[in-house]
Amino acid sequence: MKQFSYIRAEDVAGAVAALSADPQARLLAGGTNLVDLMKYDVMSPATVIDINRLPLKDIETLEDGSLRIGALVSNAALAYDPTVIDRFPLLASALLAGASPQLRNAATTGGNLLQRTRCYYFYDPSSPCNKREPGSGCGAIGGVNRIHAILGTSASCIATHPSDMCVALAALDAVVEVEGPDGRRDIPFLDFHRLPGDEPQYDNTLAPDEMVVAIRLHPDHFAANHSYLKIRDRLSYAFALVSVAAAIDMKDGAIVDIRVALGGVAHKPWRNPLAEAECAGKPADEATFRQLAQRLLAGAQGQGGNDFKIPMAERTIIRALTQAASGTPQVQSEKAIR
Amino acid sequence: MLHADAERMAIPIVITLNGRQERLNVAPWVTLLDLLRGPMELPGTKKGCDHGQCGACTVLIDGQRVNSCLKLAVTLDGAEITTIEGLGQPGNLHALQQAFVDHDAYQCGYCTPGQICSAAGLMNEGHAHSREEIRELMSGNLCRCGAYTNIADAIEQVMGQRSGKSYKEAAE
Ligand SMILES: Cc1cc2nc3c(=O)[nH]c(=O)nc-3n(C[C@H](O)[C@H](O)[C@H](O)COP(=O)(O)OP(=O)(O)OC[C@H]3O[C@@H](n4cnc5c(N)ncnc54)[C@H](O)[C@@H]3O)c2cc1C
Ligand code: SF4
Ligand code: FES
Ligand code: FES
Repeated sequence: MKQFSYIRAEDVAGAVAALSADPQARLLAGGTNLVDLMKYDVMSPATVIDINRLPLKDIETLEDGSLRIGALVSNAALAYDPTVIDRFPLLASALLAGASPQLRNAATTGGNLLQRTRCYYFYDPSSPCNKREPGSGCGAIGGVNRIHAILGTSASCIATHPSDMCVALAALDAVVEVEGPDGRRDIPFLDFHRLPGDEPQYDNTLAPDEMVVAIRLHPDHFAANHSYLKIRDRLSYAFALVSVAAAIDMKDGAIVDIRVALGGVAHKPWRNPLAEAECAGKPADEATFRQLAQRLLAGAQGQGGNDFKIPMAERTIIRALTQAASGTPQVQSEKAIR
Repeated sequence: MLHADAERMAIPIVITLNGRQERLNVAPWVTLLDLLRGPMELPGTKKGCDHGQCGACTVLIDGQRVNSCLKLAVTLDGAEITTIEGLGQPGNLHALQQAFVDHDAYQCGYCTPGQICSAAGLMNEGHAHSREEIRELMSGNLCRCGAYTNIADAIEQVMGQRSGKSYKEAAE
């Protein structure tokens, strides 16, 4: 790890001021991603701003019934919060599918959102990588790309966003509350992460001098019919090859509202709101789910090592939606997929 | 890293380590794991991967299990840290330490301090109510020797003792 200077921020204004003074500085929350990457010299900020003392550790229900989750709430605290379990079980389930109990104790909501790709070439400073070093090329295209993207890729980068939490937040249309020198603004979740295009060095649309202060969830949504289904090489403590956050509002077997977000397949959680809207009024059955899966995967392209993800994603979408429709969500401690 | 730089950039912190208050000056880039095994002379906590992937470095910070390899010590001002040495000592073993002995829950023993600290954290958290859940919630600790079955047995035994009946009965 390279040496750096350390600033302990006491409040949000102080952290934002320190970021504005040096946009190359990095915020440190749980450290489970940043410290890892600093040990590999993949990220080598000259200044690290410790935000762990900031008062962003609350989960509050707002007057309109929406839930506001502070950026420093740990992944474990969020997953086991009674309100989250009760009203947003899809989010709790996605969190428990990710990482390990130790990591979830340290990892924060903000850090999870901002975690970087697990692309092997990104992690290896001796390999070309346009995300780590713009213009150097992409080791994964034509290389080993079993874990890489099948949707929304570019000629510059085929990396995926590795988060489980974010897949559920995308399905739930969360809002990201950010603060910069000019104050606060809201970013709709689907606009927060971005596709790589020809600037894969940018994972998201946060400005360099802004930080995430909270995530907001709209009032009660999809508490009855939901499932988070994660397919991976081993059944715990492994990143998703494909994951699906599925949620349905149903009336008399017909779809009122349906959401499907995919993880492990793109540079951001993948959704198709138009195709979802077209499901309204249709029966919540396998034929509808298969159609929706095919719409979501339209244009999917394998890179050689990850071609298997296309049929796997279709089957996972259908299975997750079937689990959601029957009110039997995937249980994260039970490994059998039913 | 030059020694002089480390001294110049060192930042004062106060931590409670295994019940004892320690006033330290730490360079910002020192992890809790390296602080423990180096200056604190507590080599019970093990370095497996140094990247959050194995759990060998698990310790308790304010009662919560955490991978010490990914925690910068400088961020821990005011924290209470418990390592395997603080859980119990020969002659006065923690129930989990004794259960690991009883169940032969290791071969080489390298993962064991992390397993035991993790199990202590698991019990503090209180979210495991079945063997299946113990297994899932211990999945952050890898054992290269594959002692998993015996590890789960040892934890199950202690959890059963705590609730006053055998764990299998409790689950039924
Ligand atoms: C072995 C291993 C396995 C894992 N498995 C999974 C998995 O299966 N699923 C999964 O989803 N995740 C997994 N993770 C990733 C884990 O979830 C992330 O590392 C964690 O969520 C990051 O949170 P943190 O608070 O530790 O972030 P940090 O490491 O502190 O920060 C990460 C990044 O976010 C930035 N940041 C932090 N907070 C803010 C903020 N408030 N505003 C703006 N920027 C901010 C930092 O500057 C940094 O760039 C795994 C990690 C490891 C090490
Ligand atoms: S896929 Fe993206 S992150 Fe991976 S090597 Fe290519 S440019 Fe880098
Ligand atoms: S040494 Fe920390 S998790 Fe492996
Ligand atoms: S006992 Fe050898 S690694 Fe677990």
